Amino acid sequence: MTKTLTVTTPSDREISLTRRFNAPRDLVFDALTKPALVKRWMLGNMGATMPVCEIDLRVGGAYRFVWRNPDGTEMAMNGIYREIARPGRLVNTQRFETVWLPGESVLTTTLVESDSKTTMTSTTLYDSIETRDKMLKSGMESGASASYDRLADVLAEERR
Amino acid sequence: MHNHIVIELFGYAMTPSERLDATFTALADPTRRAILARLAGGEASVLELTKPFAMSQPAISKHLKVLERAGLITRGRDAQRRPCRIEGKPLADVSGWLESYRQIWEANFQRLDALLEELQSPEKKISPRKGKRP
Repeated sequence: MTKTLTVTTPSDREISLTRRFNAPRDLVFDALTKPALVKRWMLGNMGATMPVCEIDLRVGGAYRFVWRNPDGTEMAMNGIYREIARPGRLVNTQRFETVWLPGESVLTTTLVESDSKTTMTSTTLYDSIETRDKMLKSGMESGASASYDRLADVLAEERR
Repeated sequence: MHNHIVIELFGYAMTPSERLDATFTALADPTRRAILARLAGGEASVLELTKPFAMSQPAISKHLKVLERAGLITRGRDAQRRPCRIEGKPLADVSGWLESYRQIWEANFQRLDALLEELQSPEKKISPRKGKRP
């Protein structure tokens, strides 16, 4: 089974991730919505921990995540669940509690199962071009700088 | 020279945000991504680019204009061929973001793989779910 992560930009305000997991989708849904499980994997690549992970899994219910980096700095995000259709679909808003990252986005996650494996697609729709640009800038500053060859690989996948 | 001026007028004269819009719009289309993928392997004329697609030359030319406006490609001066070349900077801006996004999520998903495996392993019954998975 291929576990290649595919990143695409379906429109000028969206970014989409697709990935396969070796588990049935109700288990993946649990991993996305149960605090004890979320805390164990949604940690980024900077060695952070998640001291706060609160989830009120109801339509209109809120969630809040706080990450603590190894240097002690914290970053928080919160949002509201808009659609909960276990185990196939989850829609929630996302807002960073950071002055330099204003604006809101809507995350739509779909889980499709076949042969006890799950294909997850998560699409983030930014509320404005400004929000997208701020995310883009923060990503470029914190992340490794772009390899142009890497994009060529991504684009090469399109050729098939 | 003329080509250079055209690029300045329609490409680099845009604000950074307009430029990003143009880049995203250009990348949102599968045919244009396929054209870029082809050009990543070396320059090509419109005719050469038309071949692999079930599309007319004017349709391909239209896509090339969008890519050119976004600064993703430039066209050579040779009046006959006007070969298309891929340009790195706007792609690098967007792919830099996509790459760091990818790295964060790849790290997350590798941990999720391990967690899902643990949840399904019969020895470690730490699953919070009530039912037992077959």
